[in-house]
Amino acid sequence: MTYRSIMAEEITYRGHEAEQIQAYLARPLGDGPFGSVIVIHHMPGWDAGIMEITRKFAHFGYNAIAPNLYTRFGTGDADEVAAVARAAGGTPDATFVGDMAGAADYLRMMPAANGKVGVIGFCSGGRHAVLAASHLPDLDAAVDCWGGRVIAAPDQLDERHPVAPFDLTPQLNVPLLGIFGNDDRSPTPEQVDQHEAELKKHGKTYEFHRYDGAGHGFFSVNRPAYRPEQATEAWGEVFTWFGRYLSA
Amino acid sequence: MCTWIVERTPVDGSAKGPNGWFELNQANVYYDHPYHAPLDHALIIDFVETPDQVGNRVAVELSEAAARRLVASILAALESGEEGHPTRVEVSAATA
Repeated sequence: MTYRSIMAEEITYRGHEAEQIQAYLARPLGDGPFGSVIVIHHMPGWDAGIMEITRKFAHFGYNAIAPNLYTRFGTGDADEVAAVARAAGGTPDATFVGDMAGAADYLRMMPAANGKVGVIGFCSGGRHAVLAASHLPDLDAAVDCWGGRVIAAPDQLDERHPVAPFDLTPQLNVPLLGIFGNDDRSPTPEQVDQHEAELKKHGKTYEFHRYDGAGHGFFSVNRPAYRPEQATEAWGEVFTWFGRYLSA
Repeated sequence: MCTWIVERTPVDGSAKGPNGWFELNQANVYYDHPYHAPLDHALIIDFVETPDQVGNRVAVELSEAAARRLVASILAALESGEEGHPTRVEVSAATA
């Protein structure tokens, strides 16, 4: 079901250590009950593209929230804040997980919510989605869109990002959908194979979809990487996945 | 790409942003998704006054080819400048 009438607004919610986190909330105007989705932005920050995707979920009948992962790095234009966040090494993973737990709580408490919460992330946000699903077992579904560094070499880890999500596979208990382009270099098709083998080995619920003729970030309508056919098909998989796991 | 790898370089000089000239202290250089340029990946340079907070910044997002041309141009300009102007070392040697 689709909703032509939606409401989108900026809010704050309690994140990690009860800090107020800036977020963009979009919701269908209807009685519900609605499933909910946390939308995780990519490394360039809390930009117009991620807000557009958040509204897309509302259009298709989900309460959707896009937290600003860079809230703590300052206020101002998203690109200015992202530049500071990047120079500082980004949000620590532990802080991120706390912010996701807070976002999920916020969504569950919304009046028209059905209590089910999924998470989706793009690019570095894809890694974040796997990380959230590995640490927050009360999430109901996760979608990793071409997350780089799900698998990471020791020299790619640091104080803020101490563990590769791949290494948390045994504790992942949230159904995981993966969307990947076969021309991507981060993650490479070989890394996607490795991740899939690990999920299979541990008996996890997952589906991986790989697309020929597509590389990294092929949902981005304003970039050369955009692949309309593959993106349309993959968006269909995303909504099928959330329809399966986030319905009342 | 999609990494937190940033080359941070202390720089001396000035840059001009929307609020006028400001003192440059650091250049952050990385190759990743741009915020504005219609490219999948870009060589991005943030020239900043205060590295750890939002403040004066001049940003450029360049294609890989453009970035390489710029590097060559900078080196060429430095080289011709050194030919046209005595360097500090040479002045010092001449004075001695």
